[in-house]
Amino acid sequence: MSNNDYIIEVKDLTKQFGSFKAVDHISFSVRRGEIFGFLGANGAGKTTAMRMLCGLSYPTSGSGTVAGFDVIKEGEKIKRHIGYMSQRFSLYEDLTVMENMELFGGIYGVANNELKERAEDMFKRLDFYEERNTLVGSLPLGWKQKLAFVVATLHKPEIVFLDEPTGGVDPITRRQFWEMIYQASSEGTTIFVTTHYMDEAEYCHRMTMMVDGQIKALDTPANLKKQFNASSIDEVFRLLARGAKRAE
Amino acid sequence: MNKDLAIEIRELSKSYDSVKALDKVTFDVRRGEIFGLIGPDGAGKTTLFKILVTLLNADEGSAQIDGLDVAKDYKEIRTRVGYMPGKFSLYPDLTIEENMEFFASLFGVTVEQNYDIVAPIYSQIEKYKKRRAGRLSGGMKQKLALSCALIHKPSVLFLDEPTTGVDAVSRSEFWDMLFNLKEQGLSILVSTPYMDEASRCDRIALINNGHVLDIDTPQNMVDNYDLQLFGVKSNNMYELLKILRNDSGIANCYTAGEYHHVVAGSGFDAAALNQRLAANGLSNIDIKTIVPDIEDVFIKLLSNEQQ
Repeated sequence: MSNNDYIIEVKDLTKQFGSFKAVDHISFSVRRGEIFGFLGANGAGKTTAMRMLCGLSYPTSGSGTVAGFDVIKEGEKIKRHIGYMSQRFSLYEDLTVMENMELFGGIYGVANNELKERAEDMFKRLDFYEERNTLVGSLPLGWKQKLAFVVATLHKPEIVFLDEPTGGVDPITRRQFWEMIYQASSEGTTIFVTTHYMDEAEYCHRMTMMVDGQIKALDTPANLKKQFNASSIDEVFRLLARGAKRAE
Repeated sequence: MNKDLAIEIRELSKSYDSVKALDKVTFDVRRGEIFGLIGPDGAGKTTLFKILVTLLNADEGSAQIDGLDVAKDYKEIRTRVGYMPGKFSLYPDLTIEENMEFFASLFGVTVEQNYDIVAPIYSQIEKYKKRRAGRLSGGMKQKLALSCALIHKPSVLFLDEPTTGVDAVSRSEFWDMLFNLKEQGLSILVSTPYMDEASRCDRIALINNGHVLDIDTPQNMVDNYDLQLFGVKSNNMYELLKILRNDSGIANCYTAGEYHHVVAGSGFDAAALNQRLAANGLSNIDIKTIVPDIEDVFIKLLSNEQQ
């Protein structure tokens, strides 16, 4: 059984492709309700690690639990109990806002009346009501990203994985997006997020830095800056990533 | 025509159906300058690039590259510009070497002949030259695309979001390469959604919804920020945000990382705010003045526009 304070607990999680160790014995825990930043250079192994945590990829070795389920044996159950929003926009462009919500709500087994309630609540909160019958393809990117977040959390997962959710979005929308993350976190949802915007690491309660398949640092952004005697997370990133041997 | 200008853009407009992609855009890029076009997805950056490299006609307005008109002199312009599109557009089935030779031959040059201009970049990927372009990592594709855009020795370089999706270290190295090219006399127009890259440009234009919000050096833009900006943090950042939103002494506030950014309204008093926040049950409160960055400038301009 997993410790109830932690939603993710992994030990020595490893993924090997042939002789290449994409993820090399990573061990860490994420607390419930935490905003956890997962940073690293391109090719450091972030996506591979995240796929294992989401039940999409089978670890070569190691052990752990996500949302109380075993990462080795219970990948299918993990998938049903998490939310996931990928870096590429993952909604159906040819469906309307409401149709997308109904589709994904159905897939995750959200009851119809409950879905309606949550949709109404979301439309009100995001000022989306006018757009509920608009095709998603014609919405501005920032709106799509916000909608994708809502859809990824429709089934009220205990944890949601966000893979570069804010790439290319304007600064105002980017901040609104983080406000949604804060809100979800304050309601108890755990947020696991990757980003290339180093300033966004500062929003996180704790963060890791991956280099060459391994976790090279894990702490609060403030402590990491102290530890590396750096003025920003960008600087911490440079100090760690410059030592990387892997050229993507 | 002005000999000191690499690019002259006057009142350029372009619409797709009912969407105005560009709305009377006007600015100049000086010779030997790195000019940054900074704005989110959908701002009109790619449309502007396509018009300037003669792949698309504008509805109204004019533009000149090296004193040549983009509509009339498109053939001549194409020999003088290097263009790296936002989407990877090389041949994935050709190797690194074959892509280079192909683009060189299109312009009637050879790779050997112009090797000196691409050497600082190309040498980093040359040892993999037999590898197919489709099998390269993002960073290597980026270097190959830049090499192909440079092989005919263009005088003006157009780079459409060359660093999107690339990590911070690789982005920084890419900017070092651009600086190197500028030193060799190239004029560069580069677009990016990453506002932190603005500081690497000589001058920038902030663009949103098809029109230019401001043009200046990054430093001047920040220096000209005329609002009072504070950072506020506490133990509970979401509660804090909700309380700040309802505080009458605050004109605007938004998330910004460790501290929320707060634009002071009339009668803003930091000590009194601190007391009000504590009275609302917050702890570990810290309020400090903040030096604005380009994002704060952008948010101010966008907020003005939305009012």
